[in-house]
Amino acid sequence: MEVDIVVIGGGPAGLAAALSAYEKGITDVVIIERDFELGGILPQCIHDGFGNFIFGEMLTGPEYAQRYIDGVEKTDIHVKLNTMVLDIDSEKRITAVNPEDGLIQMEAKAIILAMGCRERTRAQILIPGDRPSGIYTAGVAQRFINMEGLMPGKKVVILGSGDVGLIMARRFTLEGADVEGVYEILPHPGGLTRNVVQCLQDYNIPLHLSHTIINIKGKKRVEGVTVAKVDSQWKPIKGTERVIPCDTVILSVGLIPENELSQKAHVQIDSRTSGPVVDECMETSIPGIFACGNVVHVHDLVDDVSEAADTAGKGAADYVTGKREKRTIPITVTNGRNVAYVVPQTIGGKKVDDVTFYLRVKRIEKNVKVVGSSNGKEIYTKKERIVKPPEMVKIHLSSDELRNIKNELLIEVNP
Amino acid sequence: MKTHTFTCIKCPLSCQIELIEENNEILKIKSHTCNQGEQYVIDEFTNPVRILTTTVCVENGILPVVPVRSEEPIPKHLMKKCVKELSTTKLKAPIACGDPIYKNILNTGVTIIASRDMPKKSMT
Repeated sequence: MEVDIVVIGGGPAGLAAALSAYEKGITDVVIIERDFELGGILPQCIHDGFGNFIFGEMLTGPEYAQRYIDGVEKTDIHVKLNTMVLDIDSEKRITAVNPEDGLIQMEAKAIILAMGCRERTRAQILIPGDRPSGIYTAGVAQRFINMEGLMPGKKVVILGSGDVGLIMARRFTLEGADVEGVYEILPHPGGLTRNVVQCLQDYNIPLHLSHTIINIKGKKRVEGVTVAKVDSQWKPIKGTERVIPCDTVILSVGLIPENELSQKAHVQIDSRTSGPVVDECMETSIPGIFACGNVVHVHDLVDDVSEAADTAGKGAADYVTGKREKRTIPITVTNGRNVAYVVPQTIGGKKVDDVTFYLRVKRIEKNVKVVGSSNGKEIYTKKERIVKPPEMVKIHLSSDELRNIKNELLIEVNP
Repeated sequence: MKTHTFTCIKCPLSCQIELIEENNEILKIKSHTCNQGEQYVIDEFTNPVRILTTTVCVENGILPVVPVRSEEPIPKHLMKKCVKELSTTKLKAPIACGDPIYKNILNTGVTIIASRDMPKKSMT
């Protein structure tokens, strides 16, 4: 089967990308989704706070997803649910499987990777101790409670203060469980301040910074954990250990872009983001393969995902119609002082419209300037009163500003 | 005189704003950077409200629970009570996103609405 554009993943990124490609005139679009419905992670994110930027209102996750699902249903975009992509290659051939069609093979003119991210598990952070039941990642607990109507436990300790962990602290409390506390190895919260205030402070749930779990005890079910304070090297400090009886441990210790398929197609991966290197149209190192959303880098806000996905959809449409002219050597975007990463990492087009760059800082810093420069010449500057690792910094460079770039764009955060 | 400290969530600056009161009368607000922060602590002190989100049991739906939310914000101190009140409710599929689920919850005048479609489970 030949298809113009295949979108892998029917979450917020895939939905917005498919719609924007369709609006650009590509009607032969297929979305492949492994779950039984569209929406990705949004159907289980029942709390509000989505859509403030795109729709100007605070929606819940399911409502935000529904707006895009309704959009897709009005088009001829073909949706394949319960379908798992097994393989893609750099020739843009896709192998997938589902119970209805069996093995499916497709050849796409363009592919949009929108597989999202996966939660880091206990094995990836090496918590010593027993291996009883009762240890869940925050997202799994979220799905159990909010979609499957199951309560994972009664007395809960949360490790890590990522947004999903904070949201789940509130959710467990509202459902009648006792959340003993949230333990964060870093000296600052991992999630947004809004969530620290409205999910923890509102319910008097203590947040213990510079703390971690050093042991889990339990034969069949979790019986308790040992927590300890850590030093600046994350080493537990002797004498600070405390045993907490509990039946459930929730892990909110980071998200990793899910790029097994991208690697099969030999897409270049950026070690800083763990996602594909993309240009200003969200095109990866393989021509015609685009990527957007949490598969590229982990976002804080779904609105930003939709925005970047819109760019990817347009880019893929232009690729299919052969509208885009590329530079022989792309401009490299590099991260300088107090910048952990910048997306997009390259600029590949001959003609470039305005570009939004997303960057994450390494550490909290007040009264700074975000500076873009090329060959030592400053071309962009923006003042920020504060920058923090959990809150992504967004800067918009106009096509006029971008015209001043030679062959490299350096983005840094300066005092 | 009593001092209350609030973490402002209006912008990433996250100011620690102090509110000094006596017998619930606000005397002074300190350490804020902008007017929005001042208004935020006044609201948080006098009448903190939140949107309530939770789930309600469903019979015959494609899922056993449907997510719901309050159409308007409700007083913060009623959040747990509202969830408890809703835990006794049982709905029947199909339900459409926006359908009223519970009117005037705990006499707040606020309606709880469904926040997604919940189709009926097919018999096959």
